[in-house]
Amino acid sequence: MDKEGQRKSEAVCPGKMELAEAREKLSRAKSGPQYWRSLEELAQSEGFYEMLHREFPRQASVWPEGASRRDFLKLMTASMALAGLSACVKQPLEPIVPYVRQPNEVVPGNPLFFASAMPFGAYALPVLVESHEGRPTKIEGNPEHPAGLGGSDVFMQASILDMYDPDRAQTITYLGELNTWSDYAIALKGALNSQKAIKGAGLRILSRPTSSPTMASLMEQVQAAFPESKWVQWEPVNRDNVRAGSQAAFGQYIETRYNLEKADIILSLDGDFLSSGYPGFLYYARQFATRRNPDLREKMSRFYSIQSTPTNTSGKADHRLPVRASEVESLARAIAAGVGAAGGASGNLRPEQQKFVAAAVKDLQAHRGAAVVIPGDNQPPAVHALAHAMNQALGANGNTVIYTAPVEAKPQDQTAALKELAGDMSDGKVDLLLIMGSNPVYDAPVDFGFAEAMNRVPLRVHHSLYNNETTELVHWHINGTHYLEEWGDTRSFDGTASIIQPLIAPLYNGKSEYEFIFSLIGSLETAGYDLVRKYWQGQIKDADFGAAWRKVLNDGFIPNTALPARTVAAKGGEIPQTKRVNPDAMEIIFRRDPLIYDGSRANNAWLQETPQPITNLCWDNAVLISPNQAKHSGLVTGDIVEIEVNGRKVNGPIWPQPGHPDNSITVFLGYGRTKCGNVGAGVGFSGYRLRSSDAPWYAETKIRKVGFGYPFAHPQGFQYIDFSDLPPGKSDDLYGRHVIRKATLEDFIRNPDFAHENIESPPPEMTLYPNYQYTELKWGMTIDMNSCIGCKTCIVACQAENNIPVVGKEQTMRGRQMQWLRVDVYYEGGTENPAMYYQPIPCQQCENAPCEVVCPVGATVHSTEGLNDMIYNRCVGTRYCSNNCPYKVRRFNFLLWQDWSTPQYKMMRNPEVSVRSRGVMEKCTYCIQRIAHGRINAERENRQVRDGEVVTACQQACPAGAIVFGDLNDPNSRVTKLARQQRNYHLLEDLNTRPRTSYLAVVQNPNPELGTSESS
Amino acid sequence: MAQIFHRSANTIARLSIIGVVVVVSVVLWAGLEIQRSPYATYQGVAEMQPVPFSHQHHAEGDGIDCRYCHTSVENSSFAGIPPTKTCMNCHSQIWTNAPILEPVRESYRTGKSLMWTRVNYLPDYVYFDHSIHINKGVGCASCHGPVDKMPLMYEAYSLRMEWCLNCHRAPEKMLRPRAEVFNMAYQQPSHDHPVTLADGKVFTDQIALGSELKHRYNVRSVEGITSCSTCHR
Repeated sequence: MDKEGQRKSEAVCPGKMELAEAREKLSRAKSGPQYWRSLEELAQSEGFYEMLHREFPRQASVWPEGASRRDFLKLMTASMALAGLSACVKQPLEPIVPYVRQPNEVVPGNPLFFASAMPFGAYALPVLVESHEGRPTKIEGNPEHPAGLGGSDVFMQASILDMYDPDRAQTITYLGELNTWSDYAIALKGALNSQKAIKGAGLRILSRPTSSPTMASLMEQVQAAFPESKWVQWEPVNRDNVRAGSQAAFGQYIETRYNLEKADIILSLDGDFLSSGYPGFLYYARQFATRRNPDLREKMSRFYSIQSTPTNTSGKADHRLPVRASEVESLARAIAAGVGAAGGASGNLRPEQQKFVAAAVKDLQAHRGAAVVIPGDNQPPAVHALAHAMNQALGANGNTVIYTAPVEAKPQDQTAALKELAGDMSDGKVDLLLIMGSNPVYDAPVDFGFAEAMNRVPLRVHHSLYNNETTELVHWHINGTHYLEEWGDTRSFDGTASIIQPLIAPLYNGKSEYEFIFSLIGSLETAGYDLVRKYWQGQIKDADFGAAWRKVLNDGFIPNTALPARTVAAKGGEIPQTKRVNPDAMEIIFRRDPLIYDGSRANNAWLQETPQPITNLCWDNAVLISPNQAKHSGLVTGDIVEIEVNGRKVNGPIWPQPGHPDNSITVFLGYGRTKCGNVGAGVGFSGYRLRSSDAPWYAETKIRKVGFGYPFAHPQGFQYIDFSDLPPGKSDDLYGRHVIRKATLEDFIRNPDFAHENIESPPPEMTLYPNYQYTELKWGMTIDMNSCIGCKTCIVACQAENNIPVVGKEQTMRGRQMQWLRVDVYYEGGTENPAMYYQPIPCQQCENAPCEVVCPVGATVHSTEGLNDMIYNRCVGTRYCSNNCPYKVRRFNFLLWQDWSTPQYKMMRNPEVSVRSRGVMEKCTYCIQRIAHGRINAERENRQVRDGEVVTACQQACPAGAIVFGDLNDPNSRVTKLARQQRNYHLLEDLNTRPRTSYLAVVQNPNPELGTSESS
Repeated sequence: MAQIFHRSANTIARLSIIGVVVVVSVVLWAGLEIQRSPYATYQGVAEMQPVPFSHQHHAEGDGIDCRYCHTSVENSSFAGIPPTKTCMNCHSQIWTNAPILEPVRESYRTGKSLMWTRVNYLPDYVYFDHSIHINKGVGCASCHGPVDKMPLMYEAYSLRMEWCLNCHRAPEKMLRPRAEVFNMAYQQPSHDHPVTLADGKVFTDQIALGSELKHRYNVRSVEGITSCSTCHR
């Protein structure tokens, strides 16, 4: 963008706001609830009004890069001339390529589904993979898996793009030059022979943690062959604190899992259990949603959250207490003291903290046996030990908390192990280093000097999916296989084992981790399949192993392998105090990124472009800071600060985040990659460069402003459909449209119809058009905002299902993002600790659709089932429809974003959905391809479509089950029942658009002693 | 002052006005005709194939049912092109040395697929489903023409949207009993060739038969099957 463009975008782009104004607006006496989406809205900057009234702001139509009037005329002439001719192109002949021998189970045209598991961290995510004639195209959750319950998360949904990523390492290399597996074999054999003599004293294997039973057994065999060798596990966002906390409480490492279905009261100590990537997330999300149903009345659960940075988990809490990460421990001690747990101590708390603690303690005490305390992975071991003690004191063990043996294979203190490895390497004790999956050069703690130490190892081998920062410093690089290309096994958070089965032959002849490790002790040509099958042959005690094996592959898990509950008792006694951060100093909090995780997903464009939960930023990380703190420090959005931790310095841009605690900043890890592929390299800044082993999660820091004007891509700053605060003397149609409706449980019980009070709802006959009777099917959708946890999985699922392109940061800044579904975050209350509401907005499928009447070519018309059809091949791109859409859900292909040439992407696309080109409008169609499929199946069998037979991609993906889709003409369908609930309401119903998508209003369950959630 | 224009200019002016209208109309008409012509639609054009496979010989001569090769036509959107194995079921026994079949044997030997040229072609934004048409009583021949009379396969109809809509707007004109779907010799009912349904009901008129079948097979309303999203997504 040139300077002019930059200025323009700053004028109207989200990212500019005056905090003083925002605060003034907030402090003004307000009437009724106020919901706002961004600080710009609060400040009501000029840019905000433009975003409010136009779907695409002025600059959306700006020519990409400084084009002159002459160029414009030339192009217009050419396109006028070509427009007519392009319709006359003769279709080229195309070939049909049948099988030579068609596999029995394949019916061309009908997809097959295979159960498998995706290893994530050490744990399994159960998946069901859709395959079209041998090409995996879509990942779903496995509904039969006891630990997955059919839900999915962003990483599962996006993993299909990883497999087809053309940036993956495609060959074996030696010093960056092409090489072969057999040459590697020779090199390895030489090194191993000399290791044999010294019992492997110079052999080190560095891998990510795993729960794979086969891998564990292979590692044992390696250990037997090379008794002096060492297996080091390293993951930058590891669970060392969880393990250490368990050691402190029980004297051994015990896996903790929760049963939120039994939990009346949930207290989170910085726990982020509703975010993708948390072990057991799929399970907890479903359980949490089940107990948050207000129809349970007083059995609805209550959720207290103490959090150091706002997360989508804390946004679901009835009471939130933002504190610095280092202060969580003293609050935990105070609560522990209150509930009579060991290690408790009433600390020096602020009045509002005391009030919160007193109320939480009282509630926890009143629900003994049905309360649970969940500590965050990034809290120090002491907090975990305190949580164990509290859960014990509250009688949670065996009820809401279940202890089992560890799921991971050979759990270890990863930081200590990596430190030892670095030390050994510096001392020249390591002769052969095999790195598998890890990327320590990028993500190891800075104080280890890992890269320099590693350079002293005579033979370094790296096995991974991508050429990354570590690859640059090794001799051999072996290209790995994606989990959709390999045989393997893994365990989910409850221990249930799953077999990973390949959906496609390795695209680039990669070697799986199993094959890579087995090459140390056995043949280099042994297939992963044989290794995995052989292991389980010894484990599955069944007379007919073949049949049992096939059943396991069919079901996606091995029955009865969940780890049994253990009875353990916390030791009690003193829990040593963690070293405190100076309370007056600024604190920096390191967090894994909600979407690209620890950086290993950085090359995934779907994840990069998905707006992050809460901040809604994409293609960037930022220095999150509280709006108050920003004001005190004289910082505004986009100011670049130098963050200094222990003399190490990194620059990053400021993003004031409502709900962030003061005197603290949050940095998401995983950005600032220098080598990972075309998508992720150079995006954001790396927090790892500040992170040392003694302070992995929070540390003392100093920030200093060094620049300004960093442009952010913030999709939430577009597509406003409502705003809450009107300056005196101004009037605006878009003011106060009751987009969010909520009540407390008490109010809901007293007045179940709260969602329809004071709402103007025109009678259905108030339309110029004749009322159409939908006599066949009548599709509709309900979205339960009480269940929605704002994890954004639906967005990625929609992107994968509907062949939606990515547009990149620069285009997102122009408001041209293409995701059909967006999840708006609304805040309520002040910027210090606002309540948060998540509202997924797909096309509302209006019965009186404003878009249809303005289309000059009939490219968007109504179907007899009430769908607002979008016919891409008719669309000429006038954009009138999107101009007329009050919900701003239509997306326009301003440029050619679809990649028509990369062969991998051609294989990845859903063959059931048209691939749209430039100049075409597109939008959510309720997954029309799935509807057509369900309808045809039903008609072929001469029956009605069954309830639940047609499932939209977003519905299927939702881990919380918040989205329900079905036939509104069927009185017994789930969607009809939900649509008839009193909590149900339509967006902007005063416009009489009569949307088919409706929302279930939010009901919160605050503690009456603390008042409503917004003020706590 | 002398006349600038000759008297004949009036006529020329009138003629040229008409002329422009005529020329523009002719150009537009020609464009539309070209689009509808076999040049653009390939209708009636037999393309070169790796093996000059004769449907006439196999379907009419040998009496092989359509579904022997097009196996998924009843339960998938795609009717299925037979794998080489299907050819070899017979041709490993008969005509084993015919030079014309060498590409088939080669494919079977090498495991490399035969590359056929598509004859019945729809654009990528059209999602046609064979199974539902078969199920609702649309005969193979209704869209594919007299395949059993084709020594070389060609597209019998234009397969343009207007052609599809002929039937979608009035399905009763085409429906036949399910039992007759794969019968290439089926004729629409007339006084000379009455059609009897399984329950004994006799029809001599296609519209009467079609309307009855439309009801019996639960064919969706005309509005339903002419909704855009029925075929486009």
